[in-house]
Amino acid sequence: MWLRISAIVMRYFFLHRRSVARVMEIFFWPVMNLLVWGFVTYYLKELALPKTVLFLLGSVILWDVLYRSQQGITLAITEEFWVKNIINIFISPISMGELLTAICIVGIIKSLVTTVVLGFLALFFYKFSLLEIGPGLVLFLGNLLLFGWGVGLFTMALIFRYGRAAEALIWGVPFLIQPVSAVFYPVTVLPVWLQKIAYLLPSTYVFEGMRQVLATGVTDISILGISFGLNLVYLLLGALYFNWMLRRVREMGYLSRLHLE
Amino acid sequence: MKDNGSNVSVTEIKGLTKRFGTLTALDCLTFRVCRGDILGLLGPNGAGKTTAIHCMLGLITPSSGSIRILGLDIGRYRRKILSRVNFSSAYTSLPSNLTVWENLIVFSRLYGLKSARKRIDMLLELFEIGETVDRLTGSLSSGQLTRLNLCKAFLNDPEILFLDEPTASLDPDIAAKVRQGLHELQRQRGLTMIYTSHNMQEVEQMCDRVIFLARGRIVMQGSPSEIIKQSKSPSLEDLFIAIARNGHLYQTVIAGEEEPCGSE
Repeated sequence: MWLRISAIVMRYFFLHRRSVARVMEIFFWPVMNLLVWGFVTYYLKELALPKTVLFLLGSVILWDVLYRSQQGITLAITEEFWVKNIINIFISPISMGELLTAICIVGIIKSLVTTVVLGFLALFFYKFSLLEIGPGLVLFLGNLLLFGWGVGLFTMALIFRYGRAAEALIWGVPFLIQPVSAVFYPVTVLPVWLQKIAYLLPSTYVFEGMRQVLATGVTDISILGISFGLNLVYLLLGALYFNWMLRRVREMGYLSRLHLE
Repeated sequence: MKDNGSNVSVTEIKGLTKRFGTLTALDCLTFRVCRGDILGLLGPNGAGKTTAIHCMLGLITPSSGSIRILGLDIGRYRRKILSRVNFSSAYTSLPSNLTVWENLIVFSRLYGLKSARKRIDMLLELFEIGETVDRLTGSLSSGQLTRLNLCKAFLNDPEILFLDEPTASLDPDIAAKVRQGLHELQRQRGLTMIYTSHNMQEVEQMCDRVIFLARGRIVMQGSPSEIIKQSKSPSLEDLFIAIARNGHLYQTVIAGEEEPCGSE
């Protein structure tokens, strides 16, 4: 099992090690995001809103973890369609569980690298230390990774079913989640009906929790627990939906046509 | 049919039917392939050749019928079967942004080979692309790409090899070398091959038995020479054209006596 998982991890290592564009892609967008939001928040600080600086910088960095983990799953498999390699993968003895495990390992590595780089840049440019979030930081990051994977499974299932027509979802779905997850503002800013939806998303608890830690220095483990519980539900539903869709696309013959689109 | 030294059936297809909505892509196919045989699946575009191969590889779930590969049901033992077979197609590629070596090492691990260096070197030499080992796959010619696909397909020393138009993009010289390489490995290993091609000369040269498909149905099967004799066509190519144009008029004909093979 680990040999097959390591094969996929190795495939992505090979892919990245000679491609400056791909390595830059891990850093470029997050760094640009951090710089834009960082300077905006500096301006807000001048308006005497010092905590806002912390909130927004923390949000920018944590949001990137969610965004990247969802993309990790969807882009990794979609790339195999693009290079017409998907059939070679699917007719090898690797199981879907092993393939997804490998993709998640690659996703964790990429997210860690990006978070560390952003953490250093935030410290250098804005004197903001991610470590201010405290030991709970690992739990915040973990919950966001899990939610990203859950959403990634739903997105991937739709791409298997609808092919390239659904590829826009890879970039679109995170931005559907972003406003409802109260990434850059507290949930209370949202209309009451939308707050109810927001509390159905594990990410909302992470961003609310992060603001609470930065404001008070206290990590509320209970809300992280709720986030984790919701994540388990989303992951289970995502896996069931993904499996069901995979069975359907085998029945409909789409799996063997994806590389031809 | 040539004597392959074994009459064990390694592929048994019974009543294989695949419907996509109102379209019947495969209509009750029944055939078997003995160990060491090279079976040609022939027919015009849309006849159902690729669909049949993809059903045998578990990429498409049949509407009805049974598929047993190496004595195992593909629906239940897909991964076990896939570790013992392989596939190469003119319509798939390996990632262009990895080198030849990287691609082959990744796939050798996917097939559970811990130390694959010797096997990779042997295959690269056999298919005469040893000099490309450190080149990016995207920089290879189409002939080299086809041979790289074949190297990938032989990594796990498969018992059955599915080949979908393996020489489609090759010049005659390279195509002949590929056929020679395939024959050599087939003879050495007693490999079974299920082969699709539109090159009828190649089919006559390679295949022990052929199955002609038209609109998802078997319209003829037997050895190439027997089929030519039975159909009174001047060549396999003429027969192919006749079936492509009027396949629906053909009754199922089994040319020659089908050689019995036992079950694995």
